[in-house]
Amino acid sequence: MTDELQTENGVRVIYDPIADTPTSYLREPDEAHPPMDYEGYKSTALRHPKQPLIYLPQTITEITGPQLGPVLMGENDNDLTVQHDGEPIGERIVVSGRVFDTEGKPLRGTLVEIWQANSAGRYKHRWDRWPAPLDPNFSGAGRCITDDEGRYTFTTIKPGPYPWGNHYNAWRPAHIHFSLLGRAFTQRLVTQMYFPGDPFFPYDPIFNSVRDPKARERMVSSFSIHDTVPNWAHAYHFDIYLRGPGATPFEEEH
Amino acid sequence: MIFETTPSQTVGPYFAIGLPFDVGPFVVPEGTPGAIHLTGTIYDGAGIPIPDFLLETWQADSEGRFADMHDHGGHSEQTGFRGFARYGLEDGDGTFDIVTVKPGPVPGLAGQTQAPHIDVSVFARGMLHRTVTRIYFADEAEANAADPVLARVPVERRATLLAEPQDGGYRFDIRFQGPHETVFFAV
Repeated sequence: MTDELQTENGVRVIYDPIADTPTSYLREPDEAHPPMDYEGYKSTALRHPKQPLIYLPQTITEITGPQLGPVLMGENDNDLTVQHDGEPIGERIVVSGRVFDTEGKPLRGTLVEIWQANSAGRYKHRWDRWPAPLDPNFSGAGRCITDDEGRYTFTTIKPGPYPWGNHYNAWRPAHIHFSLLGRAFTQRLVTQMYFPGDPFFPYDPIFNSVRDPKARERMVSSFSIHDTVPNWAHAYHFDIYLRGPGATPFEEEH
Repeated sequence: MIFETTPSQTVGPYFAIGLPFDVGPFVVPEGTPGAIHLTGTIYDGAGIPIPDFLLETWQADSEGRFADMHDHGGHSEQTGFRGFARYGLEDGDGTFDIVTVKPGPVPGLAGQTQAPHIDVSVFARGMLHRTVTRIYFADEAEANAADPVLARVPVERRATLLAEPQDGGYRFDIRFQGPHETVFFAV
């Protein structure tokens, strides 16, 4: 039942505070996500299945899923700027938004996990060896559980772009990795959030592996003066959409 | 559908700074009666182990009940059963080792019964989207023969979905390409 309309960033959104748990989820068209074999991103060559995928009916195993929030959450998990004795260097930002399904229903109580490079574009990971400085006050990982309106909020440092080995003079646009469990195995999503107007966009095969320009825009956050904290942090807004309910519990194979 | 989904992107090489957690490899707490180790190696198209994968599993308990059912029926009543594993290391060698219990049979669609199985997602650098497969058990020949999902898999490829018994549990290798390429599913 949908009984209320709200305005979210100028878009009318159907808001159902007591959404039923779907008994099936939309099957996404192939073009909804990037291809597994993508010439521009060299590492895909040996890491994609060659055989066609086999249709998996959505059974009880696929329409349920782990609800890990309470297991994982710790203090300061959603503020990446206070996880050490000192303050990390860089632009302090608030990154917030809402998690919806494709019907526009907010997903409450779902775990959102992020990880990212520091302001110099360096990850605190053993295998990130490029000569940009590590920041002893920045680990670059956070977790948050969405509230009743599907909202999450992180405070962090704006990550820097960094070079990688895919091709000559390859650089990744600045990004924050996002991981969402959703409510069902079927809704699982790992993606990356980008920043508006990044000059590296035209040159990045990972960003451009999403072939539809409108779909690429859905990975780009927007600057949000509304979410800034005066005299403290500027802000970006990023809404995330996971697969919504399928048409019928016992969908037909196409 | 009113909105389009947010597209997937690769988990990249550095997920280990954020995603793994202490009890991630434990579907059930260590020492749980009947606990088994489910181990395996994940190979790329050149037959080389993939060191930087993230693997997640989701399954029913030994009675065929899930840890989080939402409004789909009764929860698992087994102490500490989480149903979920996440395995990924900063310094991986291509192998995984999760502690779990063998799931029981669970309902399928339209009154069918599914053989014991575990849903698997694999993420890695070089994968722009997760890959999904299912683990079945080689010592469940009768249940496997009646399984509605296995029935969709060409007979000659079904063996790629069977975990083989070994000391302490089962072994399940995943191969992305080659003559024994694992069956992957579109969910």
